[in-house]
Amino acid sequence: MSAPGQTREVTWADVNRDVIRTVGMPGNTYFFWMTVIALTLACGVAAWTYQIYTGMGAAGKRTPQMWAMYITTFVFWIGIGHAGTLISAVLYLFRAKWRTSIYRGAEAMTIFAVMTAGLFPLIHAGRMWFAYWLMPYPNQRYIWPNFKSPLVWDVFAISTYITISIVFFLVGLVPDIAALRDNATGIKKQIYAVLALGWEGSDTQWKHYRRAYGLLAALATPLVLSVHSVVSFDFAMALVPGWHSTLFAPFFVDGAIFSGFAMVLILMLPMRYYFNWYAYITDRHLDAMAKLILVTSLVLSYFYLCEVFTAWYSGDHFERASVFAKATREYAWAYWTMYFCNSVAPLILLWRRARTNTSILYVLSILVLIGMWFERFNIIVPGLGHDFYPYTWGTYYPTVTDSTIIVGSFAWFLLLFMGFIRVLPSLSIVEVKEVLPHPLKHGHAGQHGGGH
Amino acid sequence: MAATSVLGVFAHVDTTLQAIRELRAKGYADLTVYTPVPVEEIEEEIEHVRPLSKVRFFTLVGALTGTATGFFLTIWTSLKWELVTGGKAPVSIPPFVIIGFELTILFGGLATLLALLVFGRLPKLRPSPSYDPRFTLDRFGVSVGCPSERAQAVSALLSAAGAEEVRR
Repeated sequence: MSAPGQTREVTWADVNRDVIRTVGMPGNTYFFWMTVIALTLACGVAAWTYQIYTGMGAAGKRTPQMWAMYITTFVFWIGIGHAGTLISAVLYLFRAKWRTSIYRGAEAMTIFAVMTAGLFPLIHAGRMWFAYWLMPYPNQRYIWPNFKSPLVWDVFAISTYITISIVFFLVGLVPDIAALRDNATGIKKQIYAVLALGWEGSDTQWKHYRRAYGLLAALATPLVLSVHSVVSFDFAMALVPGWHSTLFAPFFVDGAIFSGFAMVLILMLPMRYYFNWYAYITDRHLDAMAKLILVTSLVLSYFYLCEVFTAWYSGDHFERASVFAKATREYAWAYWTMYFCNSVAPLILLWRRARTNTSILYVLSILVLIGMWFERFNIIVPGLGHDFYPYTWGTYYPTVTDSTIIVGSFAWFLLLFMGFIRVLPSLSIVEVKEVLPHPLKHGHAGQHGGGH
Repeated sequence: MAATSVLGVFAHVDTTLQAIRELRAKGYADLTVYTPVPVEEIEEEIEHVRPLSKVRFFTLVGALTGTATGFFLTIWTSLKWELVTGGKAPVSIPPFVIIGFELTILFGGLATLLALLVFGRLPKLRPSPSYDPRFTLDRFGVSVGCPSERAQAVSALLSAAGAEEVRR
């Protein structure tokens, strides 16, 4: 635990030193875990290969659940990404200074989460070598995508999201890579020199940089809201009971931010420990993130209540039956797990001490991820399993193949993230320095920019 | 009259600011200021005599091009093969708004990146002669372009303002 106000003692040179020391050749523990992750990923790749060879039946897909765990996990990963953009763009526009020490890691998380999510439509569609059919391209027969289909909107929303996130991330990295370049020697210096694009921090560069960064943040803000709204349209535009709801867009966006913050904590707490970043990621940061998790959890609970209330009050027979089946039939365990993890467990954050207790936060974050995965599961699998006609009802059973691919997706995400933290600065050197008191010869330190 | 440049290295924001003000007062306009982080006070001092960044113009044009492309693509392709899908007319504006919106953001963002590269003169293949690696750490630099015979006076001014180091 760090003492309050400890950040004030940190100098600009300390920030460079503390960030640069995390980049470089890691120890044996790191390689041990990377090996475990790589082997898990290899299992996932093997399972995918098997599925391509055998056919989609290997994934346990049969009517009525032609969408099952893959789409569940796709929505889960897209949601994880949203907290990163919220921290990097929305909180930037609001000038929330506490974001500076967590935003780089969160932004990297966004990109890797979307890269993971992007695999699932391909895995799910089966013949992923025809994936380019999703894109509009001129062809002899004038066959174009059906722009009235929510699935095509999704392609556009997610491709835009990943492109803009990468641009935003790389633009943010340039001045930091320049700091790395100026500290490195040999081949590393040359690599960083190329990546830093010759950044020098001159007044002209900063002027255009700041303007561009602000505009990118302003573009990313409506984008992040639109992406999960469009993902929710994949469901809300269909007539399946439990899906056809105008609540879905805000409900999905809120859930996405909720799960994303949990993932940020899961990644940041060990980084803080291993890199000894207690001076940068303080209790104040944990408290702020915990409060956001609490708020989004309460909003989510409100949506859950609305969902049940609308089903009941509308008097629609199929809506009522669908909710009733979810809560009492073969998937009831998943339904109540979701309620416990998303609505009940986060209430502990009302207790001030819990908001800065790393053990509680860690366990809670894992529960939130489990709960949010089950939320998407509960929308998709029991939703499709209990629609209008009893003869189409059915129970989905996961297979070894699809479960292995899903476990493999976590390995893929962790492989990317753990690789990132050793080659690029996972704490923003420039932005952390910006909120420290600026060095003054005359006058009070802390007068400029020292406020939090 | 040969031109040269003099660089002053500063450790503090206020001394850097003072040097900029004094140089301005003496009529030196060719200044390059290096800072490890963007500093508002320094920016204000430099910016009030310079036009605003034109990056936003690129963003606007990019975003509008995106909107136009989104609607053109969806409407034009629908008219190429007028097929009624989902009981909607071939040209249905509400679903096309989504494509139009996404492309607005996409093109706007890419144009902003392009503007940053164009106006910030990036990538910069050769480091400026006055650049010092300490400028990404914790030192500020003020580089003054001036005729050779005035270099002495500029050096004296920078030292007087509180420069740790002055070099030509």
